Amino acid sequence: MSESTEHAEPNEHASEHIEHPGYGTFIKVWVALLILTGCLVGMSHVSQTYAVWGLLTLTPLKAGLVFYFFMHLRYEGPLFKVVILVTLGTLLIFFALLFSDVAFR
Amino acid sequence: MTEHVHRDDYGSRLGMWLFLVTEMVLFGGLFIGYSYMRYRYPGEFHHGGEELNVTLGVINTLVLLTSSLTVVLAIVAVQRAEKKRAMAFLGTTLALGATFLVIKGFEWAAKFHHGFYPNSAHLATLPPGEQVFFGLYFTMTGLHGLHVIVGLSVLGVMLWWVATDRIRKDRYIHLENSGLYWHLVDVIWIFLLPLFYLAA
Repeated sequence: MSESTEHAEPNEHASEHIEHPGYGTFIKVWVALLILTGCLVGMSHVSQTYAVWGLLTLTPLKAGLVFYFFMHLRYEGPLFKVVILVTLGTLLIFFALLFSDVAFR
Repeated sequence: MTEHVHRDDYGSRLGMWLFLVTEMVLFGGLFIGYSYMRYRYPGEFHHGGEELNVTLGVINTLVLLTSSLTVVLAIVAVQRAEKKRAMAFLGTTLALGATFLVIKGFEWAAKFHHGFYPNSAHLATLPPGEQVFFGLYFTMTGLHGLHVIVGLSVLGVMLWWVATDRIRKDRYIHLENSGLYWHLVDVIWIFLLPLFYLAA
C-alpha cells in the first residue's frame, strides 16, 4: 500500500493539478448551499412537520455537498469514502440501538 | 537521500480524515442524545427553541458557509500560484470566523443576561425538558465554538505559511488538511442550526 502510493505520488500530484476544479464549481456549490438554507428556514416556518422533514432531508443534503465538493471527496479514492461510510453506519447502528430500546420500554 | 524529502500527501489526507471521523463520532453521540431527548420532551424543545434568536442563527450559518467557500477558493488559488489571492481568501475566512464568534458571543451574552446559563437559578425553575434543551444547547454550541477557535488558529498559521511560501503550488497539504477541519466545523453547524434555532 505504502509502496504503491510512494510510486504513484508524483503522478497523482501532477494529475491533481489537471483534475482540480476552478473557482466556478465551488461558487456554484456555495450558491446551492445558500438556496438550501433558505428552503430549510422557509420550511421550518410552514409547520412542525415540514420543519422535521426539512431537517431530515435538506440538512444531510447540505452536509453531503460540503463533504463531496468542499472537502474534495469527489476527487478522492474509494478508501476515503469507505472510512466515512463506516463511521456514518456506526452512528446509525447506535441510533437504531437507542431507539429500539426506547420503543420497547 | 540528500535532496529527496519523503512526502505522502495521500497518507496525510487519510490521517486527517481518520481524525475527522473521530470528531464526527464525538458530535454524533451528542446528536443521538439530542434526538432521544427531543423525542422525550417535544413540547419543551419547541418552547426552548422559541427562546433562541433565529435571525442570528441563520446569519451565522451564512457566515460559516461563506468562510468554507473562501477556504476552498484559497486552495484553488495556491494550486494556481496566485499567492495574493490565496492570502486574501484566507484573510476573509479568518474575518468571517471571527464574525461568527462575535455573533455567538452576543447571543450567549443575551442568554446569560436573561438568566439562561448552565446551572443558573432561572434554569432550575424551568421544566426538566427545557433544562435538557439548554444543557444540550450550551454543550453543543460551546464545543462547536471551541472548534471554531481551534480552526481559526490553525488557519491563521496557514495564512502565515502562505505569506512565507511554506505553502505553495507544489506543497499545500497542510492548507488542504486545515481546510478539511474547517469544513467539518461548518458541517457540524449545518446540523446545529435546524436542531436548535429552527426547533420552534
